[in-house]
Amino acid sequence: MSMFKIFDTAGSGMAAESLRLNTVASNLANADSVSSSADSAYRAKQLLFAPLQGVDQGSLSQDANEGTLGVQMLGITESQQPVQTRYEPGNPMADGDGYVYGSNVNPVDELVNMISASRSYQNNVEVMNSAKQLMLKAINLGS
Amino acid sequence: MSNSTDSVFGLNGQALALWQRRSEVIASNLANADTPGYQARDIDFRKALQQASGQSTDLQLSTPTPGQINAVANQADQLQYRVPMQPSMDGNTVDGQIEQAAFAGNTVHYEASLNFINGAIQTLRLAINGGQSS
Repeated sequence: MSMFKIFDTAGSGMAAESLRLNTVASNLANADSVSSSADSAYRAKQLLFAPLQGVDQGSLSQDANEGTLGVQMLGITESQQPVQTRYEPGNPMADGDGYVYGSNVNPVDELVNMISASRSYQNNVEVMNSAKQLMLKAINLGS
Repeated sequence: MSNSTDSVFGLNGQALALWQRRSEVIASNLANADTPGYQARDIDFRKALQQASGQSTDLQLSTPTPGQINAVANQADQLQYRVPMQPSMDGNTVDGQIEQAAFAGNTVHYEASLNFINGAIQTLRLAINGGQSS
């Protein structure tokens, strides 16, 4: 019986959400980046989340771990939306035909992602705070 | 938990363990609030406590031969999937508000169990000290 599992779970959630905030920041920062070919243009990055089984998985006490799952990041995918193509012959990055290739970042998507990530982060912080207070009360039992 | 503490604290010890377990389950629901395909779960507290206290009315599988697996022995049986009120397109059934409310309620229940145990300890102390403040 350990209450520290909550900290692992909420901690993994916080790590995942802060990484998501990081990708949002990267996407927004590169929203106006241009490059000279469609292949090297910046594509919006998205995270893949998946449930993470308890650390003792496979041991005999598995059913004690059942139901408590953290979050893990499976990887980063890139958006498959077409990149913006603009005709800017004066741009030093322009290709032979005078086109530059912008990113395919959708700022609205990114802002929605940002709000969702920060709310989820706050949720996990609250869970951790409550668990901490309960542990402190349990420690002071009988005094 | 030994018998002597059971007689002092009654069911509160087991209840405390269950509330704590439930808080773990809800914490993982909240951590996975944005995971596609994750299905929220919860513990049926009444059933779990009945089983923990040996007062379950469910018929148990009789296991006369040693080595036979007791089908209802594992606590994971009380883990059930939540029925989503507003299912989302990515298959995630976590509803942030419901989980937050459940976690807050769970915290209060946990504190209540702690208080009951605390009360029992205080009563014992009073008896041991003979009413004098220690």
